[in-house]
Amino acid sequence: MSSKRSISNDLTGWLMASPLVIVLALFLVLPIAMIVVVSFWGATEFSIYPAFKFDNYEFLFRSPVTYSVYLKTFMFTVISWALCLAIGFTVAYFLAFHVRTQTWQIVLFLLCTVPFWTSNIIRMISWVPFLGRNGIANQALISAGMIDEPLEWLLFSDFAVMLAFVHLYTLFMVVPIFNTMMRIDKSLLEAARDGGATGFQILTNVILPLTKPGIMIGSIFVVTLVMGDFITVRFMSGSQSANVGRLISNDVALLRYPSAAATSVVLLITVLITIGIMLRFVNIRKEL
Amino acid sequence: MSEPRGRSFYLLAGFFALFILFLYGPTITIAILSFQGPRGGLTFPMNGVSLHWFYDLFEQQAVGDIWGSFRRSLGLGLMVMFTTVVVSVMGGLAFRKRFLGSGVLFYLVITSLIIPSILVSLGVGLIFNQLDLDVHWTTSGFGSQLTWTLPFGLLIMFAVFNRFDKTYEEAARDLGATSWQTIRHVVLPIIAPSLIGVALFGFTLSYDEFARTLLTAGSYNTLPLEIFGMTTNVTSPVLYALGTLTTVFSLVIIAIFILSAWWLNRKQAIAGNDSGNGLV
Repeated sequence: MSSKRSISNDLTGWLMASPLVIVLALFLVLPIAMIVVVSFWGATEFSIYPAFKFDNYEFLFRSPVTYSVYLKTFMFTVISWALCLAIGFTVAYFLAFHVRTQTWQIVLFLLCTVPFWTSNIIRMISWVPFLGRNGIANQALISAGMIDEPLEWLLFSDFAVMLAFVHLYTLFMVVPIFNTMMRIDKSLLEAARDGGATGFQILTNVILPLTKPGIMIGSIFVVTLVMGDFITVRFMSGSQSANVGRLISNDVALLRYPSAAATSVVLLITVLITIGIMLRFVNIRKEL
Repeated sequence: MSEPRGRSFYLLAGFFALFILFLYGPTITIAILSFQGPRGGLTFPMNGVSLHWFYDLFEQQAVGDIWGSFRRSLGLGLMVMFTTVVVSVMGGLAFRKRFLGSGVLFYLVITSLIIPSILVSLGVGLIFNQLDLDVHWTTSGFGSQLTWTLPFGLLIMFAVFNRFDKTYEEAARDLGATSWQTIRHVVLPIIAPSLIGVALFGFTLSYDEFARTLLTAGSYNTLPLEIFGMTTNVTSPVLYALGTLTTVFSLVIIAIFILSAWWLNRKQAIAGNDSGNGLV
């Protein structure tokens, strides 16, 4: 990337990027602006009207529900993130350093990524026969003699929600971590081994520090996906649990758009602050 | 490289196998259960084996407008796919040089990727609502989905151009090619296999998108919306049959994309290699 800029560079740049700019302006910037504007509007039972008042925010910050829902959202985020990281790192480490031929690496890597390109809704539904009251998990536990009564908390619970998050989003950890690991110079590992490091020492002192950018990118994906989710929580908790996204979708269902907009603004700010902090540790452009 | 496998290899391989089982197990389970007999339920045991629930899908009354929503999702997926490829390639080319505002544009792309999907849905829905326009999957739905597929397309293009050998372009320019000729005859053919990757993301992310189309698709549902609607009122294995069919469809699409990328790569490797042709 050249650091010099010129007028003609600016022009061709804008010309080439213009379709991108148009799409993002119409369907990202304007909608965000609209949400910010509407968050100050008022609502009757059937319609919304322009105004400039802070009622929506006041209600949001006064309601104890808001805080418990945010707490729940952070809990989902932290636990899912930790599990995705632990599983994703182990899988990527196996693929990058223990699978020896490139063909097998590609085949196994693809095997990990294919589910990403299939429907999330179907993948959530597919847990029903496994976790249900008469599902495979309960039947197996009962026949193994470990429990007498079927466990009720397997499906439609916070446990199910986090299981689904890990199921859906671990791939977002595997891919960037694997990508960074593949770019580690193998001679570094040999040097460490020649210097007398054990396999575990190589992992913690050489591979882990060099993999940090990949871990950061994967974490950004998982954290934003979990924080902004509403459909996984709704389906997997059987509508019994709530996160911020569900707060918004409930307001939308009741046509309380200004209230939904205010919640959205606060959620967006929360996500942006979280990501801003994470981005301090990594330069995304350099890692691609 | 043939030192014996250590104990850690077998432990990790076992972990990997469990992970794959975790990824695919549930989907395989509903695939099996979709062959339930006519009186079978949502869980095991199987009550006989039949194609009953697949037949059900073809009867208009039994379920909603599944085939209509499938056609819409397919059409929308193709629209999003073509747009994503064209816009991402142009954007990728633009970002190779710094231009006024390129930094801001880059952060907008990242914002598009990390913004909660329901916010895009809500914002676009509100704008159409206030302008008295009807939301429709070909307009509001299409645009909302692009905010999800374009960042992926662009990130792939960034990765491609970071690895791109610029000496090919310089050679073309030295031989007198114009900048358009260089792009058309040198750059595009070289990056062609990666464009298949962009297309794969464009199509599948659109075909499976739920949250961004929820408030922007209008009265005609896309397939994921239709399926989610079914989860609240359909309690028979017909849901599994539909899930199995659409997953099989996705797998076929993925296979086609991966095989064509592999085929293009191979063709390139053969065409680009003139060894054995002699010196004349």
